[in-house]
Amino acid sequence: MLNCYLKGQQEHERPEFIPYAHLRIRTKQKVTVEVLDHLEHLALVDFRDSEGVERLQKAIQFADQLHEVNTDGVEPMDSVLEDRCLYLREDDVTEGNCTEELLKNAREKVEEYFVAPPGNIPLPKLEERETFLKGS
Amino acid sequence: LCLWGHPYLNSIFLLFFFFFSLTPWVPVVGLEIHAQISSNSKLFSGSQVQFAAPPNSLVSFFDASLPGTLPVLNRRCVEAAVMTGLALNCSINKKSLFDRKHYFYADLPAGYQITQQRVPIAVNGSLSYSLCIDNKMSQMVTKTVRIKQIQLEQDSGKSLHDDVRSQTLVDLNRAGVGLMEVVMEPDMCCGEEAAAAVRELQLILQTLGSSQAVMAEGQLRVDANVSVHHPGEPYGVRTEVKNINSIRFLAKAVDYEIERQIEELESGGTILNETRAFDSKLGCTVPMRDKEGKQDYRFMPEPNLPPLILYNARSLPANMNHQQVVNIDWIHERLPDLPSVKRAKLVEQYGILPEHSFTLLNEAGLTEFFEDVIKQTQMKPKKVIGWILNDLLSYLKQHSLTVKESPVSSFLLADLLNRLEKKEISSTAAKQVFAELWKGEGKTPLEIVKEKKLQLIQDQEDLERICQAVIDGQENEVIICQCRKDGVLALPHLLGRTRSSLPGSLV
Repeated sequence: MLNCYLKGQQEHERPEFIPYAHLRIRTKQKVTVEVLDHLEHLALVDFRDSEGVERLQKAIQFADQLHEVNTDGVEPMDSVLEDRCLYLREDDVTEGNCTEELLKNAREKVEEYFVAPPGNIPLPKLEERETFLKGS
Repeated sequence: LCLWGHPYLNSIFLLFFFFFSLTPWVPVVGLEIHAQISSNSKLFSGSQVQFAAPPNSLVSFFDASLPGTLPVLNRRCVEAAVMTGLALNCSINKKSLFDRKHYFYADLPAGYQITQQRVPIAVNGSLSYSLCIDNKMSQMVTKTVRIKQIQLEQDSGKSLHDDVRSQTLVDLNRAGVGLMEVVMEPDMCCGEEAAAAVRELQLILQTLGSSQAVMAEGQLRVDANVSVHHPGEPYGVRTEVKNINSIRFLAKAVDYEIERQIEELESGGTILNETRAFDSKLGCTVPMRDKEGKQDYRFMPEPNLPPLILYNARSLPANMNHQQVVNIDWIHERLPDLPSVKRAKLVEQYGILPEHSFTLLNEAGLTEFFEDVIKQTQMKPKKVIGWILNDLLSYLKQHSLTVKESPVSSFLLADLLNRLEKKEISSTAAKQVFAELWKGEGKTPLEIVKEKKLQLIQDQEDLERICQAVIDGQENEVIICQCRKDGVLALPHLLGRTRSSLPGSLV
């Protein structure tokens, strides 16, 4: 949220995802409405308008360039830091007891409990939602 | 059931129907068990692990998922998982990885749980457990269930549902506590087997100290996966049963679900791949609400944690800081005797039956009590065990007491058994004394014996005189006197009115 606000303040040139011309990128078919709807349910993200979907499409295209690298016989890597030592902590109590501070973040609280809605409120189905995806 | 008009075809159809429903069903039961690790602090943060503390008082900034916080792995949790893996005959993965499992729920503040989905810490083990055939405790059979894997993962917080005000209250004290998820292969076939396997796992965890595994406090949670199929056919659709709060309910829930699935299939229905909750009051499983369709957890590697590397004696690097090393061999050498080994040792050392040692280990503190009595008495263990299992244990069960709460201490029981061994009292008298001791009034066996005049009369002449008086007084009755080899007279057919006229010593 903070990021969006700050970005809105300054006029940056929007980066564009341009694939390398000499590479023949194998790109999937246009991202379908079903996939977008599924993603909106899973991540509770709202693509908002066709420009949002376009950016997603271009980002996938950009990432597809990775397929051009020959990885035969190479162990997959999760992160460049994966050969670092995983630090092990001693089993001592060093934190906690800050109920008041934590509850300051809560919009609603009841006797030191956080208050949440009664259960997950699932995103309504595509047909029932106000989303531009319906038009696609 | 569609019936044609033709009577001949009708009966053929009915025959087929009955034949099909008489074909045996093979139930398949697999378990996923979450055991809370017994540690001072949480898996990835330094907040305390404690049951029943003021809400949100044991929560750090990381547990509350505030931005800018990072997970730091607790070494004790790693050791607990390695111990458990070794005790369950698993291969320990020297390199295991952490992943994020994403789903939204109010008690999961980060929106994901850190777990080990790709490469868990331990795989391919087995658990052996014993079952009594026919509830008789006289014939025990050993079964084995394969352990697919053990993984380290975070616990979520607790949700308290307030239906009146239509809201959920969230307490994050439990969020981030270390769990070992033990995944069992579907090798079991009924509630009894599932219950016995979980009981044995519970005893193993308690012996190791890696988890206190008290189901009532949520330290051991079991989800059951149940399906049925006909022999020779592929496995049926399975349902997952949650909300099982005790080992007894586990057996009930599994058996109910098997029955429900069989009935559903036999009446032509289908089984949905769904999650059901066990309702202990009604004794049945019900579909869980809040079902949002098939969950997609979008697993991804946890970017803030490099792989967990474990060492053994061979691979241990020379200059490493001890505090940063988990040595599998070191842990293996220090494993305590597992329940199965303890049982075998008891049988060998004391000459008791396997069923006896099973009961001894099944009751917290009973083995120690038994061994304390043995140390303080001359009575043979084979006789002592009878007193422990038939008398002490049944009294404890009747009054719902634990061994720790027993009003009869091992010292008092040993004293009583010594007097019985020295033939100062008969065994019937001993039972009476035991009943008195149970009242916990602080009297010693000797005091009770004197008070109730239960001491056996050792003098032969005295006994003959009393016998004669009884016989003289009963002209028409036949009294059988039996002289025991050691000279103590027993009168098994003393009549009621005679008994009341004699001191209790003759009983």
